[in-house]
Amino acid sequence: MSARIDITLMVNGERVSRSVEARRHLIDFLRLDLGLTGSHAGCEHGVCGACTVRVDGEIVRGCLVLAASLDGAEVTTIEGLTDSAEVADLQDAFVACNAAQCGFCSPGMVMAAADILRHHPTATREEIREHLSGNYCRCTGYQAIVDAVEQTLATRREDRR
Amino acid sequence: MKWPAIGYARATSLDELWRLQAEHGAAAQLLAGGQTLLATLAFRLSDPKILLDITRIAALRGIAVQDGVLRIGALTRHAELGRDPLVAQHAPLLAEAAPLIAHPAIRNRGTIGGSLAYADPAAELPACVVALGATIVAVSPRGERRVPAEAFFTGLLQTALAPDEIIAAVEIPGTQPTTRSRIIEVARRSGDYAMAGLAARLSLNAEGRVTSPRLVFFGVGSGPVLAARAGAALDGWVLDSAAIAAAQAALAEDLDPPADMHGPPEMKRHLARVLTFRALSPLLRASEVAE
Ligand SMILES: Cc1cc2nc3c(=O)[nH]c(=O)nc-3n(C[C@H](O)[C@H](O)[C@H](O)COP(=O)(O)OP(=O)(O)OC[C@H]3O[C@@H](n4cnc5c(N)ncnc54)[C@H](O)[C@@H]3O)c2cc1C
Ligand code: FES
Ligand code: FES
Repeated sequence: MSARIDITLMVNGERVSRSVEARRHLIDFLRLDLGLTGSHAGCEHGVCGACTVRVDGEIVRGCLVLAASLDGAEVTTIEGLTDSAEVADLQDAFVACNAAQCGFCSPGMVMAAADILRHHPTATREEIREHLSGNYCRCTGYQAIVDAVEQTLATRREDRR
Repeated sequence: MKWPAIGYARATSLDELWRLQAEHGAAAQLLAGGQTLLATLAFRLSDPKILLDITRIAALRGIAVQDGVLRIGALTRHAELGRDPLVAQHAPLLAEAAPLIAHPAIRNRGTIGGSLAYADPAAELPACVVALGATIVAVSPRGERRVPAEAFFTGLLQTALAPDEIIAAVEIPGTQPTTRSRIIEVARRSGDYAMAGLAARLSLNAEGRVTSPRLVFFGVGSGPVLAARAGAALDGWVLDSAAIAAAQAALAEDLDPPADMHGPPEMKRHLARVLTFRALSPLLRASEVAE
């Protein structure tokens, strides 16, 4: 019953075919099988958000997704997001605002923040906080992170005028 | 913790699912969104030998209205509930509930069928479907069966589903222009399971009189708790401060909350009274509020 499952999917725009164990979650698949170490496995039960990646355009908990279930899916990780420059402005704002979290949490936080830019271009501070609530630990107050997201949203709205 | 060694199979039709279930029997467990099941696997709280992925079964998908009844497929994700126009129109309570469930990334995968089947006593959707007087459509190789939501939740993490049955859909009766509904909860942090919550639905006629009220609490019992006496205290009365106070008082007999990690029973009783006021007071007429 621990037979391997064959899957073919797109990861950061590249076609990938592998044979995976059923117990492999998406994060271990990305890190151990594909060498993409930007996504992290923190709690591995859905509470920390360090594993946030995009599947078929929507953010998910990578630790709560079986790699075996992803045949035909499209996955984007922090590496792909960075290479595409989709959120270069957001990443610059994180640096400018000193919106730091630890290295373990930061990629997931950027993935969740990128989701706000995509789906909620007019989000208020309150809505930004709410959207990032799945990525909170106890380390910071998140003011600088909310600042960075808010500024990026404002700049993008300006540019669109 | 890592998941235990386990098998995986994907069903693309109900017939294929029945075949896989017959082959693997009790060793198999359905996998929908995985947002509860895979977390419990990580804790080694459950020990299935093989997961049967149902997410590609088209018959379990879709949201439609027929003869005034809203049918929501079991695979409908929480995020979809929150943004679907038919849900917003015919079951606004569910649209209002969606943002209270976990976090965006979890709502993008978790399904209504999984939430109802798991029957967590602190979960929003079981309480909502009871408040809405919904019907759970169960399906098995023997055919379809309809279970009123009120009879579906039978105990702590227990439902009326037979071992070979699955949830195919939820059916929600039509709303009237006089229907009002609300869900509110108290949680320690945004996205956490509620310490206590209330899903309420009632009708309010032109005189402000309440009919068919259903107050369903979650996080205060072994499943959703329909507060029958609090409902009776409102039924037929003009909704005013006195009626709300009567409903709050009646909760003493409706609720018998267990102590849990959040606090003792008396704290839950207190929260239930607070929630009752918060849910109903926006429905008071302006003249009442000014008092
Ligand atoms: C960090 C975190 C926070 C959460 N917070 C909340 C919250 O605040 N409120 C809340 O309500 N939920 C919360 N959840 C749970 C989430 O809503 C789940 O999505 C939901 O409870 C289960 O749905 P699923 O589709 O993920 O089911 P799965 O995890 O796939 O399955 C759950 C169970 O239901 C069975 N099952 C699934 N589909 C069917 C079906 N169609 N018929 C019969 N049986 C079926 C499975 O076999 C399994 O036993 C949280 C989860 C996490 C990880
Ligand atoms: S590792 Fe996935 S939520 Fe923590
Ligand atoms: S654990 Fe990473 S910032 Fe708190």
